[in-house]
Amino acid sequence: MPPARRSLVEITLASGRAGRTIGDETNRIDLADLAVHTNLAEPREASRGRAVLLRTRTQLPTVLALLALDGIARRVLLGLPDLKAEHLAGVIQEAGVDDVLVPPSLLRRDEPAPADRSVETEWILFTSGTTGLPKMVAHTLASLTGPLDDGLAVVPGSVWSTFYDVRRYGGLQILLRALLGGGSMVLSGADEGVGDFLARAGREGVTHISGTPSHWRRALMSGAAHRMAPKYVRLSGEIADQAILDNLKAAYPGAEVAHAFASTEAGVAFDVRDGLAGFPVSYVGPSNAHLTAKGVELRVKDGTLRIRSTRTASRYLGDCPALGDGEGFVDTGDMVERRGERYYFLGRREGVINVGGQKVHPEEVEAILNRHPAVRLSLVWPRKSPITGAIVAADVVLRDPAADFAAVRQQLLDACRASLPAHKVPASLRAVASLPVAESGKLLRPHA
Amino acid sequence: MSVRQAVLDQMRIVAEQQRKTLKPLADDLLLLESGLDSLCIAIVVANLEDELGIDPFAGGDIEMPTTLGEFIALYENAAR
Repeated sequence: MPPARRSLVEITLASGRAGRTIGDETNRIDLADLAVHTNLAEPREASRGRAVLLRTRTQLPTVLALLALDGIARRVLLGLPDLKAEHLAGVIQEAGVDDVLVPPSLLRRDEPAPADRSVETEWILFTSGTTGLPKMVAHTLASLTGPLDDGLAVVPGSVWSTFYDVRRYGGLQILLRALLGGGSMVLSGADEGVGDFLARAGREGVTHISGTPSHWRRALMSGAAHRMAPKYVRLSGEIADQAILDNLKAAYPGAEVAHAFASTEAGVAFDVRDGLAGFPVSYVGPSNAHLTAKGVELRVKDGTLRIRSTRTASRYLGDCPALGDGEGFVDTGDMVERRGERYYFLGRREGVINVGGQKVHPEEVEAILNRHPAVRLSLVWPRKSPITGAIVAADVVLRDPAADFAAVRQQLLDACRASLPAHKVPASLRAVASLPVAESGKLLRPHA
Repeated sequence: MSVRQAVLDQMRIVAEQQRKTLKPLADDLLLLESGLDSLCIAIVVANLEDELGIDPFAGGDIEMPTTLGEFIALYENAAR
């Protein structure tokens, strides 16, 4: 008989250590209080077997509700603050949501621990989609905690933090390390400047902290990087180049600087701790004992990285293609190139542009540019940026090459600003005579 | 036009485009407290590359600037 499932809160409390907390810039909760208190308006039993969408602006209330409901609810959806009202009905229908909860930040209900926390709750994460509904990816506690078995998870007295929102995969990994590894967790604040966050991380004695390379560049530029002294600095979510790795090593000479490859769909595949960009060629293939012991196998096919892993998400919810190929490998869409004994990341195959960790699909911007009567054709591409990794650049072919481009340019930017968030608006916009088209008839898309 | 002037002009242009309120520009002003966020600074860097033909970050081997003075110095040194 397989061992009984233990819920998130049971594993969290099992360490028995005192003084562990979770908090943001305004509230701090003693984890031991979770044994008896919840922040839900109704008893936990009211959610038994139900699908619950958590929809709070800040992170803490969602984390507390997740702790209360894992093992009881059938499905918990970790709503992101940018979940648009117009998508709410679609999400509710697609995920079979029974209840939408907006719990507060503080614990208040005092009720005995439920006897039965054996439900294999599905955790639903949202990933940025193009225009329509955000994609929903189904994980379980087991698929999410698989990656934690790498020697980092259990470090007594650790204080974890992340620039990420813990409702996103990269942040959730850090939250789980804190909760399951007997540590504390410092959440970033919704309205907190990077300098204030770093100072708070320092005051709370953060030992382990993660973010995207863009988060870290912003931290280094803030002038407040020295306000904390972590022992472990982690980068994920974007390509970590040698410059940012070197800059972090210089800023935190006592810290281990590691970068990890992870995607919401494929889970964490591996981390690289030698301080160098890219990853060793030896990571690829079935013979890497270090990775296979953790149930991970990497493959490079058609220039993209493929991952087969026990940590892979179960599936997408709704009408989406299957996650893996016939052999169970998930195509990450990340292009890699071998140089010597190392693979280096080149960017996304389908041209998704990563602006400081926020994804932009070129097609959604092109659709707006192409709507302008003076534009025949447009191509949106990632222009490399030392600050945000990439910014959005656009080339347009005009119907009448003699047209006044300055005027058209202004109208195009106005149109983009009217319907897109700032990071999706082209930062550079040029008129070109023509655009290269592949034999397939598709625009040739360059990579960052 | 001096490199310094080009940098300051771009900061003003991008602030206006992105509807940000710029603080008075002094050398000891922290870049991220200038009123520009990191996306805006990324745009300033791209515009300066187009305008001056300089990308001081290209080598990779530099310290990230924290103040406006350091940011300008990066461009002045690269222009030499």
